[in-house]
Amino acid sequence: MQGPSATLSHPAVAAPPWDEALAAGIIRELAGLEGALLPILHALQERFGWVPREAVPLVAEALNLSRAEVHGVVTFYHDFRASPPGRHVLKLCRAEACQAMGAEALAEGFMRRHGLAWHGTTGDGGLTLEPVFCLGLCACAPAALLDGEPLARLDDALLDGLVEGARA
Amino acid sequence: MRVFLPKDAAALALGAEAVLRALREAAARRGVALEVVRTGSRGAVWLEPLVELETPAGRIGYGPVRAGDAAGLLEAWLDEDGAHPLRIGPPESHPWFAGQTRLTFGRCGVVDPESVEDYAAHGGFAGLLRALSIGGEAIVDAVKLSGLRGRGGAGFPTGIKWNTVRLAEADRKYVVCNADEGDSGTFADRMLMEGDPFLLIEGMAIAGVAVGATKGYVYVRSEYPQAVRAMRTAILAARWAGWLGEDVAGSGQAFDLEVRVGAGAYICGEETALLNSLEGKRGVVRAKPPLPAVEGLFGRPTVVNNVLSLAAVPWILAHGAEAYAGFGSGRSLGTLAVQIAGNVRRGGLVEIPFGLPLRDVVEGWGGGTATGRPFRAVQVGGPLGAYFPEALLDTPLDYEAFARAGGLLGHGGVTVFDDRVDLSRQARFAFEFCAAESCGKCTPCRIGAVRGAEVIDRITTGVDVARNLAVLDDLLELMTDASLCAMGGLTPIPVGSALKHFPEDFDAARGLSRAAE
Repeated sequence: MQGPSATLSHPAVAAPPWDEALAAGIIRELAGLEGALLPILHALQERFGWVPREAVPLVAEALNLSRAEVHGVVTFYHDFRASPPGRHVLKLCRAEACQAMGAEALAEGFMRRHGLAWHGTTGDGGLTLEPVFCLGLCACAPAALLDGEPLARLDDALLDGLVEGARA
Repeated sequence: MRVFLPKDAAALALGAEAVLRALREAAARRGVALEVVRTGSRGAVWLEPLVELETPAGRIGYGPVRAGDAAGLLEAWLDEDGAHPLRIGPPESHPWFAGQTRLTFGRCGVVDPESVEDYAAHGGFAGLLRALSIGGEAIVDAVKLSGLRGRGGAGFPTGIKWNTVRLAEADRKYVVCNADEGDSGTFADRMLMEGDPFLLIEGMAIAGVAVGATKGYVYVRSEYPQAVRAMRTAILAARWAGWLGEDVAGSGQAFDLEVRVGAGAYICGEETALLNSLEGKRGVVRAKPPLPAVEGLFGRPTVVNNVLSLAAVPWILAHGAEAYAGFGSGRSLGTLAVQIAGNVRRGGLVEIPFGLPLRDVVEGWGGGTATGRPFRAVQVGGPLGAYFPEALLDTPLDYEAFARAGGLLGHGGVTVFDDRVDLSRQARFAFEFCAAESCGKCTPCRIGAVRGAEVIDRITTGVDVARNLAVLDDLLELMTDASLCAMGGLTPIPVGSALKHFPEDFDAARGLSRAAE
């Protein structure tokens, strides 16, 4: 089957360094929401590419929580990263519908060819590989999200092209 | 010239944007003024991107379209008859669509999901207007009479849940939409939110009016960025048009909505874990009682319903509860959105009355495997659903029939596998998945899943097989009976069904010969 060619349409931006004033601003803006913790963590990760350790006490203070409580939430959810990702993030689906179309062998081969492990980043810092369990693209498997953009009917060549394209 | 092009995530994944660019370029070269309306998907993923041309005789579909087809398509459209190898005719008359009963998905793929006007012009808001005129008690009665049961998997009667919340006394109440559609093989919620988000908004507003809630949350999983954007855009538009806010449609009643995004935890599809997540906590399951209908979000009475349960309500209010109950069979009334996924030739979503045999979906709509190899197994109902062999394909798609066959309908996902599947690996995966996604609150799930994967490894490598099979049986029974929620409680279903229907895959000798191949 003929698939679309995937391109990296998003500009490659390295995760910015820690900026306390910036983080405090993000937290202040959202702290008034009901159940504000997840929206704040999402906003921090969107800005920094991960949830920097330094942000935890600031969030705890703003929401009147203990640092342990905030840490507990950050580590519970698979989405929140404990270290900065590469310039691009590929979330490759590992769930049953994609398995039925060979996703396991696809992922294994991809990782072997590029010396990657799950959650690992290519040597040039271009691409981080993350596992994901279902993207709702189950009728056009195997599927992935590249920087939030959906990809379907993946094969070796298409995935290898992504690593090429992610080079700085 | 006016054409319709989906921007559903599946269509995007299959190259819809490249098709759009190519169509625009071709139109510019030919000096044709081209208007492109972006829609959701009609559900035929195998035909995506499905481009539709507006003609005096109605819309004519072409698919699956690749960027390279654009120039040729444009020439065909400029011709009188519009003939082209990709032409499928009017989508509604195409056999794949004509055999469906589209109550909930009738507008999906047809309307512009950003346009309140388009939604209203296609019959939208009729249910909400009727709801506002009859009031809470009558709404609940209609939902009860329709026979609507929760579409998230548990199948609890929606009207009974609503009535509990309606009768509860509290300073505020909530409506929460569970859009954390994490089951592999399911994408109905995603498709609906991307293709007809106002329907969900209308359904939630009706729920709010029915139970006296003023605030609603849509909890969408982060794996669905397009759905998150579509819902946020639609909520802004609905608020601006007066369908949400302090004074819903001039009724004096207040109801407003907010989208919240999950963070990659499958367990948050369980309603109490979802509520904890919305409160900003770890997505840990709560013991029931108290039911969320009594003590839910922030301790207040809360309606928690799946996307498709809420989206079924506007039709019920607009067309009558009896009309809805006229579809389906036994105690499974109305329609079911079946999602045909995995190794299948014509994958996608079909909406059909309950009661049709599974075979119609796998072989009829699905058209067999994508690889062309023999069919071997189908998993129905997501990661917690059973693996069925060919012999069970005549099981009718309704809650009770599936329960009797040792499975569950869940959220209607149907994942097809060809003869290369190894069911012992699928069973092991079910345990691994449970171990990775368990919230950790109860021991049968947290520890049982880890032990389960180990026991399967021993069986498939031939270590003390008879004793380990007995241990596995015991473990499955324990997890079923003693887990706090469906995660640990239903993981035995995929494992047990794989063991029961495909015992040969657990045979160590066979595994060794396979590995040697």
